Amino acid sequence: MDTLFGITGKDFVITAYDSKAVASITLMKIGEDKSRELNPHTLMLFSGEPGDGVHFSEYIERNIKLYGIRNGMELSPRAVSSFARRELADSLRSRKPYSVNLLIAGYDTKTSTPALYWLDHLASLAEVPFAAHGYGAYYCLSLLDRYHRPDISEEEGIKLMQKCIGELRSRMILNMPDFVAKIVSKDGIRIVQI
Amino acid sequence: MAGSYDRALTVFSPDGHLFQVDYALEAVRKGSCAVGVRGKDYVVLGVEKKSVLKLQDDRTVKKICMLDEHVCLAFAGLSADARVLVNKARIECQSHRLTVEDSVSIEYITRYIAGVQQKYTQSGGVRPFGISTLIMGFDSDKVPKLYQTDPSGVYSAWKANAIGRSSKTVREFLEKNYKEDMTKEDTIKLAIKSLLEVVQTGAKNIEIALMGPDAVIQRLELSEVEKVVAEIEAENEKEKEKAKPASAQQ
Repeated sequence: MDTLFGITGKDFVITAYDSKAVASITLMKIGEDKSRELNPHTLMLFSGEPGDGVHFSEYIERNIKLYGIRNGMELSPRAVSSFARRELADSLRSRKPYSVNLLIAGYDTKTSTPALYWLDHLASLAEVPFAAHGYGAYYCLSLLDRYHRPDISEEEGIKLMQKCIGELRSRMILNMPDFVAKIVSKDGIRIVQI
Repeated sequence: MAGSYDRALTVFSPDGHLFQVDYALEAVRKGSCAVGVRGKDYVVLGVEKKSVLKLQDDRTVKKICMLDEHVCLAFAGLSADARVLVNKARIECQSHRLTVEDSVSIEYITRYIAGVQQKYTQSGGVRPFGISTLIMGFDSDKVPKLYQTDPSGVYSAWKANAIGRSSKTVREFLEKNYKEDMTKEDTIKLAIKSLLEVVQTGAKNIEIALMGPDAVIQRLELSEVEKVVAEIEAENEKEKEKAKPASAQQ
């Protein structure tokens, strides 16, 4: 089961995903990319049915990119997440819905605010200060609740992320190998070592 | 003259013409001029901007459009038709990325656009697009590309070309002055110089976009265009000065 995290800070959002590709109970690969850059300031993390996540997020990515090229300006993270929610909600009412859980991390360049959106496979959307998907959520939401502050700095954010991953490694029966962390800030999206 | 041959599009005239396509080309000839020049590492598109009315917002008049991150299109002819065609091309660019995970090659998107234009010369109930396009961009091979499409659906690759009003004059100018392996500055200068052949009002009616090997579209500011125009004018003055003593001797 994949694990996704997100924490908003003062002027950034840190996200992390485990880079495992799993089939049934077998670990197939480490180094799987479970994120897509929707536009220069919005990142989407996905988990759930393998394949669905990639397909859905790439579909959203292409639509968001198309919007940017058509209109010469990018959608805000809020608009992106509303669009994703609507697409997922429509899919949910189709014959074969996507089974994906999403985190959308963004930095709104107009208002200079970071934003994190939590979106599950039933297409319920919530803007949150911190979020987690998967079994990892059971272990880490309490930690995040205890240590998260809205004005948290980047180093503190990374430390908190490490704390969460440490907890997973010591508590979960599954092997929790490499996590990949990405930060979204006013300068765009970058990978950080964790 | 044309009799009934230009009523239904899909009917040939006895001498093998499709009149509606000819008329579309006429609309292109009436449209403002656009040029494209390919240098060694850079490719430049330039268009003649119609003078903006006093109370009009000139930001809403765009003749050079981005199709994808590495593809740019300039057109001559009916702007409204161009909007529709550009929209189709933009969707195809993203759709191509979604299906094969690669960005479109410049030839592919040119062929696609030309294909759409061709379809509108052979289907019922439609008329051809009244535009010719110049498409510039970079493939993964880092070689600048320049293509042209016509209302008939013909497409071709060029080193430098012009479309639209007095494109013949400009093309002849380009043929005379084109050199292989031009630098960035020379490429921009040649594009502006060739446009000045038909644009009387100078820098403020010229729009320039260029692309380097990084395949990022840059648009020149008015001040930058003005600088190049001033440079060209200074050179022309010098030429005249040189020519004068020679003619005095004769």
